Amino acid sequence: MLYQIMDGDYGGSCGGCSEDMTVEFGYEPHVLAVDDNLIDRTLVEKLLKNSSCKVTTAENGLRALEFLGLGSDQRNSLEGTVSKVNLVITDYCMPGMTGYELLKKIKESSVLKEVPVVIMSSENIPTRINQCLEEGAQMFMLKPLKQSDVKQLKRHLMKYRS
Amino acid sequence: MDLVQLQRQLVDYRTSLYHEGFLDEQFTQLQSLQDENNPDFVVEVVSLFFKDSERLLNELSKALEQQIIDFKRMDAQVHQLKGSSSSIGAHRVQKLCIVFRNYCEAQNVEGCLKCLQQVKHEYGSIKTKLESMFQVNLGPILYQCSKLVSGIDSPFCFFECQLEQQILNAGGSIPV
Repeated sequence: MLYQIMDGDYGGSCGGCSEDMTVEFGYEPHVLAVDDNLIDRTLVEKLLKNSSCKVTTAENGLRALEFLGLGSDQRNSLEGTVSKVNLVITDYCMPGMTGYELLKKIKESSVLKEVPVVIMSSENIPTRINQCLEEGAQMFMLKPLKQSDVKQLKRHLMKYRS
Repeated sequence: MDLVQLQRQLVDYRTSLYHEGFLDEQFTQLQSLQDENNPDFVVEVVSLFFKDSERLLNELSKALEQQIIDFKRMDAQVHQLKGSSSSIGAHRVQKLCIVFRNYCEAQNVEGCLKCLQQVKHEYGSIKTKLESMFQVNLGPILYQCSKLVSGIDSPFCFFECQLEQQILNAGGSIPV
């Protein structure tokens, strides 16, 4: 079960919904941002906070999984619980576990598979993009991210939820 | 030079950095993220970039001194540098990283060495220019005061001006 807006009548299906309304109704999605690059992590955090998101950052896939409760020593600890986060946004190229591998692990989890996952990459490689979308990524975004990208992402997320 | 002229000079200086390809629009994006709640955001992020880049450049230098060169690891490091320079808008550094990666992939030592030198040079340039810009942001009034004393008229002398003001503040006089 995902975080619900307080007033269901103003859900994302309303064509005239503006960002102001979502802020007005207190929708502050909790986003987990994963990136091994410190500068990029700092930037994405700021961009998300500017869009009224609550942000947790992780520097690699393993830390991300631990935060989500899917760490190797946390087997079965998620049963019957609610996802802490409303969105995961992750870099594709990371040492150890790639963003794609992280995406797969999230989609394999019965509790977390409904959490939208967005992949970021500095490289525009169609096969990579398709691979991620096929595995269930919500969106693929090219770096460097701009404020307008994140605003669009939030609008998209609002629609997806309703 | 009055404050308005000084501010105009800053704008012109920044514009020239874009025209000469030192910075690209991503730097503008970065500036737009700064607000009253985060007045030092740009300086903070750029400082992170300096620290991270210096670390990577050192590691790349060391890697190229080894008997057996780990091109794969170097490529990963150049990828990091490319990413962060792209994120802050350090355009020339980013472009050179693309070339550098090609040499890593081709396992071309000469090419890598040459590229590393070029990246270090461009990195040095953008660092100096950004530092100049921040000094100006922080001390337009300082500049105005010290210019009356020293008559310096170039944007590249801001470091000196800052120092002169510190001397004045401390009650000293500017050495001739």
